[in-house]
Amino acid sequence: MHTKRVIPCLDVKDGRVVKGIKFVNLRDAGDPAEVSSAYDKAGADEVVFLDITASSDNRSTQLAWVRDVASKLFIPFTVGGGIRTTDDFKAILREGADKIAVNSAAIMNPNLISEAALKFGSQCVVVAIDAKRRENGDGWTIYKNGGRVDMNIDAVEWAARAVSLGAGEILLTSMDADGTKAGYDTELTKAVAEAVSVPVIASGGAGELSHFYDALEVGADAVLAASLFHYKELEIREVKEYLKERGVAVRL
Amino acid sequence: MIAIVDYDAGNIKSVEKALQFLGAEAILTGERERILSADKVILPGVGAFGDAMEKLHRSGLDDTLKEVAKRGIPLLGICLGLQLLFDESEESPGVGGLSILKGKIKRIPATEGLSVPQIGWNDLEYPNKGRLFEGVPEGTYVYFVHSYYLEADDPGIVTATCDYGVTVQASVESGNVFAMQFHPEKSSGQGLAMLKNFTLI
Repeated sequence: MHTKRVIPCLDVKDGRVVKGIKFVNLRDAGDPAEVSSAYDKAGADEVVFLDITASSDNRSTQLAWVRDVASKLFIPFTVGGGIRTTDDFKAILREGADKIAVNSAAIMNPNLISEAALKFGSQCVVVAIDAKRRENGDGWTIYKNGGRVDMNIDAVEWAARAVSLGAGEILLTSMDADGTKAGYDTELTKAVAEAVSVPVIASGGAGELSHFYDALEVGADAVLAASLFHYKELEIREVKEYLKERGVAVRL
Repeated sequence: MIAIVDYDAGNIKSVEKALQFLGAEAILTGERERILSADKVILPGVGAFGDAMEKLHRSGLDDTLKEVAKRGIPLLGICLGLQLLFDESEESPGVGGLSILKGKIKRIPATEGLSVPQIGWNDLEYPNKGRLFEGVPEGTYVYFVHSYYLEADDPGIVTATCDYGVTVQASVESGNVFAMQFHPEKSSGQGLAMLKNFTLI
């Protein structure tokens, strides 16, 4: 049976994992390859890396750590952050990444989605969406530049458009829920999952076991969390065992 | 030496990296002589059936691969590489496959609650014994990314299946020819064990 996925997200800056990593027996808790391999052993189904390096000459550093990860990590991984052109896609995929996440670049140039899907296949094109509820409570709009600029575009419509252009997955982050630990925005997740035919990865807000179940229950195909796993507040295996008990198919 | 057939398909480095990790010697090559002199050959692939066949045809690698199969060199197709070994695909009507094995590739039908493509982990059943699954228990989860699936003419060659609304034939073995619809190089420890089995054939 097809299983729902549990995905840790790692922020990478200047080639190093940032935020706390509490794995014991890690020689280097800042090394993307070592940290992600530890997540593989811990039962992660995939790993998402978000490169938050601000500098523009980041590309060669990025390629170097992606190459290193690919030689040691044998589950799928996604790389996002600063990817603007199909040449960027090509370079990173060549180093061994399985999927590329685009956010602002896709908003500014939606053709990037279709060009990348045509060249490399939809399966490797992940459109990441940062969505925030409108002040009047009526639906959500998307933000670019790491949640700084409101594009005043409806999030559900944008997700559907991204998929029609060739996105193979939607990585959906609720800006309202992110960091609150009060649970994923299940209304947003449900609205987007119902509007698209491709898998939706729910992101932002996970704080306890039941939150993972709630997001999958409304239609997410995968659940993503960062600090919860990094700080060992929950173990991936613990999340999966909980989901299994509640009748969700997971890989254990 | 294992030759990984390089025909300008996407993401074929992962297979090479997994083999290196296993300590096997592997080269990426599109040269006929190097492929035919290898101990084993892997045909990887991500992308569309028609495009890939055109690339194989243009470079003459289609004939090379048929020759590999004929000479009894162990050949492993992975993902699109599995599909290319067969006769035809609904993805690219009118385009002939390599026809090294008999069967056709069909689109995964839309089923309530299941996205197409299938992206993610699914567990295997073994309808027939397969050498690549030695030491890998039935029920093992492996990683799939695909919109099309195999229907082989001879069910006797199917060594693994999974359920995705339809029964997906996930692996085949026929003489020296092996194939996997999933990505063993992305299926964690058990996937590596399957690749290791191939290196030991």
